[in-house]
This record gives sequence, structure tokens and C-alpha cells, in this order.
Amino acid sequence: MPAFVTFTLLIVVLSAVVAHVVVAKVRPWLWKLVAALGTVMLVGLCYLGLVWAPPEQYMSNVGRILYVHVPHIWVALAAFTLNVGCGVAYLLKKSWVTDALAEASAEVGVYFGAAGVAMGSIWARPTWGVWWDWDPRLISTTVMLLAYVGYLALRSFTEDPERRATWSSAAAILSYVSLPIVWYSVRWWNSLHQVQSSTSTVDKPMGQVLLWGLVTMLCWLFVFIVKRYEIARSRQTAAMELPPLEAPRPEAA
Amino acid sequence: MTAESRNRLIAIGAILVAGAALAWIAFGNIGQNLVYYWKPSEMIAQGDKAFGATIRLGGVVVPGSLVWSAEHTSLTFEVADTHLPTAPKVKVKSDVTPPQMFREGIGVVVEGTYAPDLVFKTNRLMVNHSNEYRAPGADGGMPAGDWKESLTQADEKK
Repeated sequence: MPAFVTFTLLIVVLSAVVAHVVVAKVRPWLWKLVAALGTVMLVGLCYLGLVWAPPEQYMSNVGRILYVHVPHIWVALAAFTLNVGCGVAYLLKKSWVTDALAEASAEVGVYFGAAGVAMGSIWARPTWGVWWDWDPRLISTTVMLLAYVGYLALRSFTEDPERRATWSSAAAILSYVSLPIVWYSVRWWNSLHQVQSSTSTVDKPMGQVLLWGLVTMLCWLFVFIVKRYEIARSRQTAAMELPPLEAPRPEAA
Repeated sequence: MTAESRNRLIAIGAILVAGAALAWIAFGNIGQNLVYYWKPSEMIAQGDKAFGATIRLGGVVVPGSLVWSAEHTSLTFEVADTHLPTAPKVKVKSDVTPPQMFREGIGVVVEGTYAPDLVFKTNRLMVNHSNEYRAPGADGGMPAGDWKESLTQADEKK
């Protein structure tokens, strides 16, 4: 996959998240539009991945899990990147918005990461011959997910919202160390997991379906994060009697 | 100290700790201590130390070395560092049924023990898929059209 395509897609999704958070006007409809697009893309992915794309020459139909396993992990990494961005932003300038977005992105990232690892395990059984092994990529990915589960636990165990926001931001920065380790684990150490593919190692139709899968999962990444963000915001509002997001709250008569 | 400048200190501290941890893992000696598997040359270089302990050996199955005995359900093959004919290799004896992907020329990781008779005995055999994803027939795999046949026929169809 050309790096600039992936990069452009990430910028688009990040801008959409920022638009949802900052521009009140787009809040009611943008997520519905993206969810509709995501649904259509998901149906399309089923057809493209299961029927249209050729089977892999050695893995045959088993290889088709590529189109969901890899996009799941990619969007999990994107979610954790948004999380650390929000964490740093909060420490530089206190804001309940970045704190809520950090919480949302970590939780959604853990979901996509865990789903991606589960798919990887299902893929490993018929190809590698084992569900799991103590491979550097598998260990580092597990450590990464556990770090973010710990991050979420830290958030729920801290009562004072300001302390929670501050210390979870620090935890976000520390947890992010695991991402480059996951990414480079297949290059730094002997590994059962294959190294990253590139356009020259993936046949064109397969690469196209992989890209389609990435866009599909990015749509759902956006929808999940902004909806989870709204939940986090309303919890903050309830906990601290903050000024509400949209209109002034109607006074109790 | 104001809350803002305290937060900035926390940010700098966290980034420093994170960066130091990453640098330690990336550039430190941890790579030599954490070894998932040895290649044949690395295992041979260990000398007598490689004998006896449960270790993992990884490499490619040498073409032409595969011997399958159905009556003894035993499988022997050679594992080499690389596809080059001159690459160092080790004889492997397995008593497990390999995954369907297993074939000559593919990457494997085997777990077991290396004995002074220079045979590596394994009871856990894993196949290592490369980062290449190709349609059948693109570079000498299954001929296009036959892909609906079972996975196991990939070799015979070549």
C-alpha cells in the first residue's frame, strides 16, 4: 500500500473527528453519513473479499482474512495515536474535550486491537499450525493491548476528574512506547509473523481489497470514537456540572 | 507551581521516560537476550551448548530433503538459513503432522531438542508464511482456475 494513501486517509479521518468535536453544526449528521458509508463499504467488503478477490496461491481461501485482520490492527494503531495526541494536548493545555477524546480513542482502540488479534489467531491455526506462540510480534501486541487496558483501568479507578485527566495523560504517553515496538518487532527479532508487506509483495486486486477494508474500518473507527466521545462528555457533564456541549441546559422550573 | 506548569513537567517527564524505554529496547542489547528462534548457523555456532535444552530452530525447508514415512508417521527434512544451496543446514526429525501449508522451500519454526547425533527432534512444527500475497498461477503456484481445489493440492499442481 502506498504510504501517502494511508497517510491521506488518516488525515481525512482525523479532520472528521476534529470537525465533529469543534463544529456543533456537523455533529447531528456527520456520523450518520459516515455510518451509512461504513455499512455500504462493509457489504461491499464481504463481496470483494470473499468472492471478487482471487484466493492466495498457498493459503487459498484462508488468506482472505487478510482484508479484515490487517485493517483492524491498523485502525487500532491509529486510535492509540489519537489517544497519545490528546494526552499530550491535555498536559499542554487543560481541556475536558481532549480528555474525553483520549478516553474514547483508547477504548475503541482496545476493541479493534483485540478483534484484530483474535482474527490473527484464527488465521494462524490453519497456516502456522498453532493458535498462539511466543513470537515477538504476538507478545508485543499483547503487551500493547494490556497497557491500554491498564490505561482504562487507571481512568476508572481515579475519582477526581482532574487527577484522572492528568495522570491518564502521562499513562497514555508511556503506553504509546509499545506501538513502535509492535511495528518493528518483526524486523528487530526473528519472528514467526511475517514482516510488513508492500505493493510489490501483494498482488494488485488483493491490495485494492485491503485498501477497501482499511477505508471501511476507518469509517467505523470514526463512528465509534465520536459516539464514545459523546458518552464521555455527558459523563463529565453529569459529574462536574460543566456547561453542556450544545445549548444551555433548560433550567429546572 | 501552577497546575499548568506542573502538567508540563509531567508531560516532559513522561515523554523522557517513554523515549528512554524505547531507545533501550531498540538500541540496547535486549535483542541478543530475547531470541524467539535460532537460525541453523546460529544454533551450530552455540556448539555443545545447543544440545539437550528445548530450543526453537527457524529457517527454510531445503528442497529435495523432505522424507515422509506414512507407516512410521515420521517426517524428516533439512532446515537451512536461506534458500541459497550453500546455506548452513540442520537435519530435523518430526513426529507431528505438519500444517497443510508445509512444503519444501517454505519457512518453518520447529521447537524441540538438538542432540549430539546432529538431528533436531521436534514435536511442535510451525509454518512461517512470507509477506507475499499472490493469486494462484501468478508466479508458479496453482494454475489459475484450479484454485477451488483443496489447499493441499498446491504442490502437485505446480
